[in-house]
Amino acid sequence: MADFEVPPLAEDIDTAAPPALAPNAMAHLKTFPAAPAHNEALGFPGQLVENWQERAIEKMGELLEKYRSLRVYLDSCVKCGACADKCHYFLGTGDPKNMPVARQDLLRSVYRYYFTPAGKLLGRLAGARKLTEAVLQEWYTYYHQCSQCRRCSVFCPYGIDTAEISMAAREIMDHIGLGQKYSNEIIGKVHKIGNNLGLPEPALANTLEGLEEDVRDATGVDVKFPLNVKGAEVLLVTPSADFFAEPHVDGLIGYAKVFHQAGVSWTLSSHASEAANFAMFIGSYDQMHKVANRIRQAAIDLGVKRIVFGECGHAWRVAYSFLNTLAGPWDFLDPRYPRPQHILEFTHDLMTRGGIRFDKDANAGMVVTMHDSCNVARASGMGDRPGGQFTIPREVIKACVPKFVDMHPDTIHEKTFCCGGGGGLLTDDLMELRVKGAKPRMDALKQVVERDGVTNMVAICAICKSQFTKVMPKYGFDMGMVTSLHQLVSRAIRLGPGA
Amino acid sequence: MSLLSPIMAVVLVLAGAVLIVGLARRIWLYAVTPAPLRIPTTPAPFTRTGAAFRVGREVMLFESLFKADKLLWLLSVLFHLGLLLVLVRHLRYFLPHAPEALVFIQPFGKLGGIAMVVGLAGLLARRIILPRIRYISSATDIGTLLLLMAIGASGLTMTYFIHTDIMGLKAFLASIPHFDLQPIPDDAPLVIHLLLVAGLLMIAPFSKLLHMAGVFFSPTRNQCDDARTRRHVAPWARPYDQQR
Repeated sequence: MADFEVPPLAEDIDTAAPPALAPNAMAHLKTFPAAPAHNEALGFPGQLVENWQERAIEKMGELLEKYRSLRVYLDSCVKCGACADKCHYFLGTGDPKNMPVARQDLLRSVYRYYFTPAGKLLGRLAGARKLTEAVLQEWYTYYHQCSQCRRCSVFCPYGIDTAEISMAAREIMDHIGLGQKYSNEIIGKVHKIGNNLGLPEPALANTLEGLEEDVRDATGVDVKFPLNVKGAEVLLVTPSADFFAEPHVDGLIGYAKVFHQAGVSWTLSSHASEAANFAMFIGSYDQMHKVANRIRQAAIDLGVKRIVFGECGHAWRVAYSFLNTLAGPWDFLDPRYPRPQHILEFTHDLMTRGGIRFDKDANAGMVVTMHDSCNVARASGMGDRPGGQFTIPREVIKACVPKFVDMHPDTIHEKTFCCGGGGGLLTDDLMELRVKGAKPRMDALKQVVERDGVTNMVAICAICKSQFTKVMPKYGFDMGMVTSLHQLVSRAIRLGPGA
Repeated sequence: MSLLSPIMAVVLVLAGAVLIVGLARRIWLYAVTPAPLRIPTTPAPFTRTGAAFRVGREVMLFESLFKADKLLWLLSVLFHLGLLLVLVRHLRYFLPHAPEALVFIQPFGKLGGIAMVVGLAGLLARRIILPRIRYISSATDIGTLLLLMAIGASGLTMTYFIHTDIMGLKAFLASIPHFDLQPIPDDAPLVIHLLLVAGLLMIAPFSKLLHMAGVFFSPTRNQCDDARTRRHVAPWARPYDQQR
């Protein structure tokens, strides 16, 4: 890993100015390209094809026919700059190509050259450029410095979503043989083994047994972690990091305790032992469809009545916004519950009806804040009203801990900052970007730590949790501050009859 | 009658045609291109009516821009609202008898003209002064602003300094559809003003001015949040359902 400087945190985020432009500051950072085997496993060419230029333009034309978002967004930008200082990667690096509009322009310029009369006629004057080797390299670099968090789309007067553009760019690159190692390798593992981590069924069963023992030792209660149980009421689909990473696994223990106390039978599936759907990151409808339908298959095979998703940001986006379209209809599931349902909707519902009760003393001494995960905040929802994705987690947290405070209003809810590791960028070869991209969130965290004595920051996304545990120490925060929401639930929930 | 009148008539008709055909083609393209996945920026309204209101707020109040940048919002409102008043005021050049409401709005239209140019000047200054905005500006971005400013300035020149023969202009415009051309007043500001407007109309369907259509078709704004209860399978994605 190359050396780089961790940016200093803002003294006062209310007066902090966006960084000065530092052209090409991040031009050196290219994520590892996929090996031929990783590309071919997903049906993409192994390496850069001979006539890549022609094929790329052809693919772009195809995507323009298939996606209204792409067509409208490539046409509509007026370069007003409303988004320019909204991206965490720009704020953390100062590289102007990390401004959303400039990132979009990398693709838009090529679109204008090949698909619009103005671009054909005026060329550079109209911001149009030919697709050259240098442009392709720029695409590869900067479309892998976008975490598709959609913060820019909140502020754009036309709702232009850079995520849509970066997904299209990645899809074009995959189709000419220039895939990204991290995402493509992982999608391959999901197809082959069933989850991102490549954890086979026996290992998974073993892990779950271990968790049962741990919980029994700690609480004396026989909380089960069932796998492949036919006829269970609920199929839990959770990110595979929940099976062993910290603090993820403490969240999984929390879900299990909630199911136990609710008396609802549930199961995990080894066929769909992964909530994540990295195919979204590479913009591939085809791959996303395949990955999503593992869950349908598992639900049918196990004969469950409900599907519940664990804490995972982009997985919840796919579940909430796409799953019905990709893998529905869900007519075989119980229509009395959302299809699919978020674990927080499940827990919140029980809590409100008095089905579970919490003991705040179990979390005594904690001052908790919450990092809204981007895909939950801006690309999905919870509950039965808009904004439930903000209120439901907070209500559950507040029921579990003595004190909760929110971070700066410009950094929460729909204006939340990405953790810096989303969108297929949670890989060590992008560590510099991940650290710098976390700066805006760290700035806001620093404020509440100093002002309110915050001890824990809750996240409800596996990527956020992994990213923060890794980068927070660089900013002088203890990685133990990162907390799964259901970790709080796990500690506070009253177990046993009459609890 | 000099050649000026027929030339101007042809230019104006051509410009109008380019605008209408070009824009209609683009809107058609937006409308028929599928939106295969639900991508509203959430929290989003659950109903289509709610989503329509959201688009309405974007179009009329620039809601998202207000969240982003208050100064930019103000300059944009000055320009767009000014332009709207100016356009309404201009209706009177196309109607034989101006209705009372149109007469009432005339002074506001004049103010609109000033607001529009002030707003444009601010937007231009921003583009030149702020490093971030300068970085993302191309020649056409500056050019579009200058064109609009020139249109505004030539219009204001006629309003306040060199008045043109309005009745003559009305007669000229009214005569175009009848192929019985009345002469256009040959005042330089008027001819320049009309030529610039014709230019603007002609570039609109091929430039970033398409945002006026795009804003209505933006999936992050015009879609409601209903994907858990309704499937949205695009025609091209239908075969996928058979593959599983």
